[in-house]
Amino acid sequence: MDEEAKMPENPVVPTPNDIISIEPAPPRRSEWRRFARVFFGRKLYLVGFIIVVIIILTAIFAPVLTPYDPEKNDLTSRLQTPNAEHLLGTDQLGRDILTRIVYGARVSLIIGFSAVFASTIVGTIMGLAAAHYGGWVFAIIMRIADVLMALPAIILMMLIAGMLKGGGIWIVVFALGFGGIAPMARMMCGQALSVKQNDYIMAARAVGMSNWRIMFTQIFPNAYPPLIVGLTMGIGGVVLGEAGLSFLGIGVQAPTPSWGGMVMDGQRFLLTNPLLSLMPGVAIMFLVFGFNMVGDGVRDAIDPRLRGVI
Amino acid sequence: MTAYIIRRIIIGFMILILVTILVFLLVRLLPGDPVMRYMANFTGTGQQNVMTPEQHDAMMVKLGLDRPIPVQYWDWISKVFRGDLGESLGVQQPISKLIADVLPRTAYIGFWMFVVGTFGGLLVGIYCALRRGTWLDNTLTTIANIGMTVPVFWLGILLIYLFSYKLGWFPMYGWVNPWDDFWKSCTYVVLPIASVALGGIAGMARLTRSCMLEVMRTDYVRTAWAKGLRERVIVVRHQLKNAMIPVVTSLGGTLAMILGGSVFIETVFSIPGMGLMMTTAIFDYDYQVVQASALIFGGIVIFSNLAVDIAWGWLDPRIRYG
Amino acid sequence: MALLDVQGLQTYFHTEYGLVKAADGVTFHVNQGEIIGLVGESGCGKSVSILSVMRLITSPPGETVGGKVIFDGKDLLKYKPNGREMRAIRGSKLTMIFQEPMSSLNPVLTISRQLTETLELHLDMDKRAAKERAIELLRMVGVPDAANRVDDYPHQFSGGMRQRVMIAMALSCNPAIIFADEPTTAVDVTTQAQLLELMKDLVTRLNTALVIVTHNLGVVARYAERIYVMYAGRIIESGRSEDIFGNPRHPYTIGLLHSVPKLGERHGTRKLIPIYGLPPDLINMPPTCAFLPRCTEKIGRCEKEPWPELRAVGDDHYISCYVDIKGK
Repeated sequence: MDEEAKMPENPVVPTPNDIISIEPAPPRRSEWRRFARVFFGRKLYLVGFIIVVIIILTAIFAPVLTPYDPEKNDLTSRLQTPNAEHLLGTDQLGRDILTRIVYGARVSLIIGFSAVFASTIVGTIMGLAAAHYGGWVFAIIMRIADVLMALPAIILMMLIAGMLKGGGIWIVVFALGFGGIAPMARMMCGQALSVKQNDYIMAARAVGMSNWRIMFTQIFPNAYPPLIVGLTMGIGGVVLGEAGLSFLGIGVQAPTPSWGGMVMDGQRFLLTNPLLSLMPGVAIMFLVFGFNMVGDGVRDAIDPRLRGVI
Repeated sequence: MTAYIIRRIIIGFMILILVTILVFLLVRLLPGDPVMRYMANFTGTGQQNVMTPEQHDAMMVKLGLDRPIPVQYWDWISKVFRGDLGESLGVQQPISKLIADVLPRTAYIGFWMFVVGTFGGLLVGIYCALRRGTWLDNTLTTIANIGMTVPVFWLGILLIYLFSYKLGWFPMYGWVNPWDDFWKSCTYVVLPIASVALGGIAGMARLTRSCMLEVMRTDYVRTAWAKGLRERVIVVRHQLKNAMIPVVTSLGGTLAMILGGSVFIETVFSIPGMGLMMTTAIFDYDYQVVQASALIFGGIVIFSNLAVDIAWGWLDPRIRYG
Repeated sequence: MALLDVQGLQTYFHTEYGLVKAADGVTFHVNQGEIIGLVGESGCGKSVSILSVMRLITSPPGETVGGKVIFDGKDLLKYKPNGREMRAIRGSKLTMIFQEPMSSLNPVLTISRQLTETLELHLDMDKRAAKERAIELLRMVGVPDAANRVDDYPHQFSGGMRQRVMIAMALSCNPAIIFADEPTTAVDVTTQAQLLELMKDLVTRLNTALVIVTHNLGVVARYAERIYVMYAGRIIESGRSEDIFGNPRHPYTIGLLHSVPKLGERHGTRKLIPIYGLPPDLINMPPTCAFLPRCTEKIGRCEKEPWPELRAVGDDHYISCYVDIKGK
């Protein structure tokens, strides 16, 4: 490259207008290093990252971390206040609160990741298809998104989860994922449309690339940053949604430990044993805060211009 | 502008129709037989075969569930537009009467949640943007970041614990209609409103701050500085209106979020409003009530989005003359 | 006595990658009614210099750390960037025309409001007088049907028309100097010529000085009386237009002129020679001449000694170079 720049065989004759506005060379720094630099450059993002790592490790190593069974009742030790054996006390069925919070991380993460992945995949396909085909496909998909977004997300999820109540955590995943499709589809569509405006798409079309090829080799790779960011940011929202459904009693069903359900169960004993209800909520906040900050960091590191978009 | 408004109204109406279809299909097409599920729940046995097949069929016919889905939908929707939302299986009353009781309560607390959340968030966001980088900005921004993560129901419980139980300032839960006894009702609504409004303030403050910062970097604000205007004039005349465009556009979403939050808060504080009615109906498999309340929620959101679109046109000349 | 005298202006930016010395000792002056060209590649610090004079550098990340900007006998760098003294000068005595006509006007305010606010502020006009003057200004810059269009919004104007509005805005308070930052880069070629002719006409008529900041040598060749050539945050050559074009003395300026085709020149009579290499990264600049890596005339002294000060090589003709080449 450099050799070539020094001694061109046929120097391109410049035009008067752009002759001395040669673009300065972009700084040659590795993308990853730049990513890491921005991402770990702000304390909040770093804190979020650490929280996420801790929660994931907790979820994986739950059985190692605690000697108790999260679902087994022990009626001899009901409603204990914090003590040496039960650091956060026990619930009305004698189960160790801390154990249930630790195992609850598993449930939250599994549901969070699955629901976000599901809605991302469906939403992305819908969004790309809308942007790609335009016309009536665009109109139909956007109207579907409008309709799904016309109901408050929690109401939509309540409808689905409530009508299928008692179907296990995959019903909850289905409900939460369903609620996340519309925003994802809208965002992907907007992004793909703006990428489509670029000259390189025109160029691809000019050399005779097929529509689908343009879609997957040109548009998608250039529209994916918001997808990554949406994925990370989405998890916090989904975890909150899951907690909400479980709190209302139509999410994860007993005896599976779920933070939202624990808050609900504990509310009855609020006056005598406040930690029962309050500690699982703290866990929810930590997880959501962690993922939100990681999402913010990823966004700033990948493309700060997305700030307004997501 | 008139053409724009008319177009928005037509679109809003279309979406409302589509929402009725969505709600109807979600309730009808999800697996399960409404009568059986309702009865199983009603008797509390959990067994679905408490009725004889004849009784079951009779009830299906009585509720019109034996007919094809499109006919059922037409039946329902034509009644809805005449103001008849059907009858609750649980309390054996017309749903429109139930809603007339509960909706004003949700509307009342929802209104205050919206007002406090929006204006509080705007003030905090504008302040932070103008004093960006100061310790107060950093603190408020961090609080807002945390505020976005707090589950509404948890905050409600925490507030009950602190302010009702420990300090004894407010009643723990319950409801008094403000039109019956205004001062007494105030003590009941403060905590519910605060629980939801805090999240609203956090979200709105974050959005306002980033929109203000975005606008501050624009070329036209630099032009305004180059004119020698004072900072206050630049902020009020040149920045606010532009920054408000995305903020106003988000208000529909804010309202939806607040309605969602009120569902939880009504459960936490035992407020007999729309949310509690819908939650109870879901538990009872009272599908008519579920359908009707989902529709009401959707209608409110669509209507407020329409208002937002009109406000947007009023703010942004590119829309007004577009 | 020069109207505006800028000496050793230094404006630095604190970025993610380090300190960028965008303007590092910029020196120039502007006399009454003169048209000046400030020329250089993208990123050489010409816009930053102008914004620094106007005290419009956003801080953080930017900061004007040194030098003097003497206007009307006062050093503008002594004032607070947005203080009362500076605000009184900005928009009335010193005005600016920006590059992007599409985004430099506020989309939610009418053209009228954007023109009248300076008139009300600096000339104490009441609303009616200001509006009449606004219409008059629009007429002056050639906006057709000015009386009706004054109440339109920017999006209803074309790019060229918006730039005319910007010119009207810059002229509104009878300024001493107008700084035009790449005023015609974003509009098409025919509009460019019209706008430049218009600006030249107006400033000559009103005896206002005009500083055109551009990367387009054609623009300055035609309109500027004196030219400053910038490279990597410094002025490297300055002089009268005819000297710069007829007798350039700095290797960079010479290189530039060799690389530009001339209008009316017969094809093939002269070979165009590009300047090889790229402009330097403004972070971690060496203390030596910044043009050194690309220079074809360098001598031993250039490698050892710091960046040379400006020195006179003719009547009102200065270069910052150790080598003395006779222009070709």
